[in-house]
Amino acid sequence: MRHKDIMDLSTFLQQLTNAASLGSLYSLIAIGYTMVYGILRLINFAHGDVFMLGAYVAFYGVASFALPWWIAFIVAIGLTGLFGILLERIAYRPLRDSPRISLMISAIGASFLIENLGVVIFGGRPKSFPSIPLFDTVLNFGSVSVLSVSLFIPAFTLIILFALLFIVNRTKTGMAMRAVSTDVEAARLMAIDVNKVISFTFGIGSLLAALGGIMWSMKYPQLNPLMGIMPGLKCFIAAVIGGIGNIAGAVLGGFLLGFIEIMVAAFLPALTGYRDAFSFVLLILVLIVKPSGLLGKKQTVKV
Amino acid sequence: MKPRNTLLTALAIAIAALALWFADGTLGSFAMRILNLSAIYIVLSLSLNLVNGFTGLFSLGCAGFMAVGAYVSALLSMTADVKEMNFFLEPLTPFLQNLSLPFPLALVAGGACAAIAGLIIGLPVLRLRDDYLAIATLGFSEIIRVLITNFQSLTNGAQGLKNIPRKATTWTVWGVAAATVAFMALLTRSSYGRQLKAIRDDEIAAEAMGVNVFRVKVVSFTISSFIAGVGGALLGHMITTIDPKMFTFMLTFNILLIVVLGGSGSITGSVVASIAITILMEAMRFLDGPLNLVFLKTDGLPGLRMVVFSALLMAVVLFRQRGLMGDRELSWDGLAKAGLLPRNKKGGMA
Repeated sequence: MRHKDIMDLSTFLQQLTNAASLGSLYSLIAIGYTMVYGILRLINFAHGDVFMLGAYVAFYGVASFALPWWIAFIVAIGLTGLFGILLERIAYRPLRDSPRISLMISAIGASFLIENLGVVIFGGRPKSFPSIPLFDTVLNFGSVSVLSVSLFIPAFTLIILFALLFIVNRTKTGMAMRAVSTDVEAARLMAIDVNKVISFTFGIGSLLAALGGIMWSMKYPQLNPLMGIMPGLKCFIAAVIGGIGNIAGAVLGGFLLGFIEIMVAAFLPALTGYRDAFSFVLLILVLIVKPSGLLGKKQTVKV
Repeated sequence: MKPRNTLLTALAIAIAALALWFADGTLGSFAMRILNLSAIYIVLSLSLNLVNGFTGLFSLGCAGFMAVGAYVSALLSMTADVKEMNFFLEPLTPFLQNLSLPFPLALVAGGACAAIAGLIIGLPVLRLRDDYLAIATLGFSEIIRVLITNFQSLTNGAQGLKNIPRKATTWTVWGVAAATVAFMALLTRSSYGRQLKAIRDDEIAAEAMGVNVFRVKVVSFTISSFIAGVGGALLGHMITTIDPKMFTFMLTFNILLIVVLGGSGSITGSVVASIAITILMEAMRFLDGPLNLVFLKTDGLPGLRMVVFSALLMAVVLFRQRGLMGDRELSWDGLAKAGLLPRNKKGGMA
């Protein structure tokens, strides 16, 4: 390695675990984007705000209702999933046959609405997420010390990825999802309840966003109503990099983005100020070089 | 144009100018500021409408181009000692330090730099289709903001610029707004404007009819960036301070709201919506402060105002997608048909 003087093995491993957990978080959110895009061809701008909502519901469960953390988390994930289904019903379903620009404007409107409702209801001042001992212990491996949540996050992500791949590729619902994503009209003719499939997709996507939000706030325990904007944008980028519509691609993109961000910040500190710009530069490069993403299928425009 | 319409247009401009002159003399500085802000929003919303409503490209990069215009124009027009006062952390690059241009030149330079940025961004990005284009332009506007925050010796970073000469007077902003409206009206009636609309309605058909789709898109995007840059520069010269935090997606959202509400593809719609939304934004400020409704008392809910506006945007998209005007225009002929113009023997039925 050329940077031997600054980059010894233990810092490298330290940053690697950071990169793995950030990458996992990005992946969890990116999956939601990719599933919704695969089915509706819509960038769900409000996805990042669903992520924020999940974190806040869990926060109130633990901090205000004094629920045991695991009950609070399950409730938060469930409620956020329902919220995602509701969001689709109200903001997207009425526009399904409209031009895509209208759908996107509605998504932007929904995103701003949720953020500002968040400011009104939760307050604009940041809240700090309560510490949960299981996730907050520092583990030492030789010279590398790791927060336990940083190990839980990648583990959870992998379990969820495999569960999701199983659902999509091996179950009847999954088959219906794939059918709707290939051709909505044909799927409807095959007696697939398209609305149900779309609701299910939004539900799953929002569950994952909530899970991501909760784990995010355990790792970076500062909640604010606008916390979903940047992760939301970056995870959409991760989904595009991996090939939008492809679940494994979203995970790959998420990990790639997390890895690049952490490593550049760790080993090229002069560039830290530009951190938020990396992902966008990467996005534009990918879109120019390989618009279908790393694992995506090439799409052609038909007249 | 029919002679009656020319006459009516001239009359309307004269009345508007008279009204402005009257307002400038009688209204307080706060009210004037809002009035002038709506002129700037007219410029900005027309810039977004050009790409969004007329060319059918969903661009979200407005704030970035505004930032370029605002910074360039501010840096070119500030005097050397004001610059010295601003750049106390790190001195400004010597080349710019002693350069001080008259305001109109600085304004055009701001627009031109934004146009160049638009061209550089447009060439790769305009090959993408709708939603990718949206996210890529949004990304570029974020990149511009990050660059501005980090180029301390050129932009003064996060501190922003203060004491920009207050050159955007009532006459300047409304003059620029009127010029933009006139330009857009001429553009959309030209064969070029028809090409834009053809691309919006059906890209493939437009290409088949011999429209050079990519070139027309790039030109439209560049012109729009120029106008956005000028609008941003005017904004800077009106409120006299700018910083990178001003040019977030929030700003683009406001302009998008105006375009959607007015009707994308309608110039008069954008004009009416700009004025209405700017005044409404100020009028609704009470929502953020303490409220005292008989049954409900709050001590200030910052954000409530934006809740109303985002709900408004969603309501328009969900229930009246065409906005106020759809893609039609207010015209003298339309008004005459609706029986709103007094008929006289000479001009009535031409």
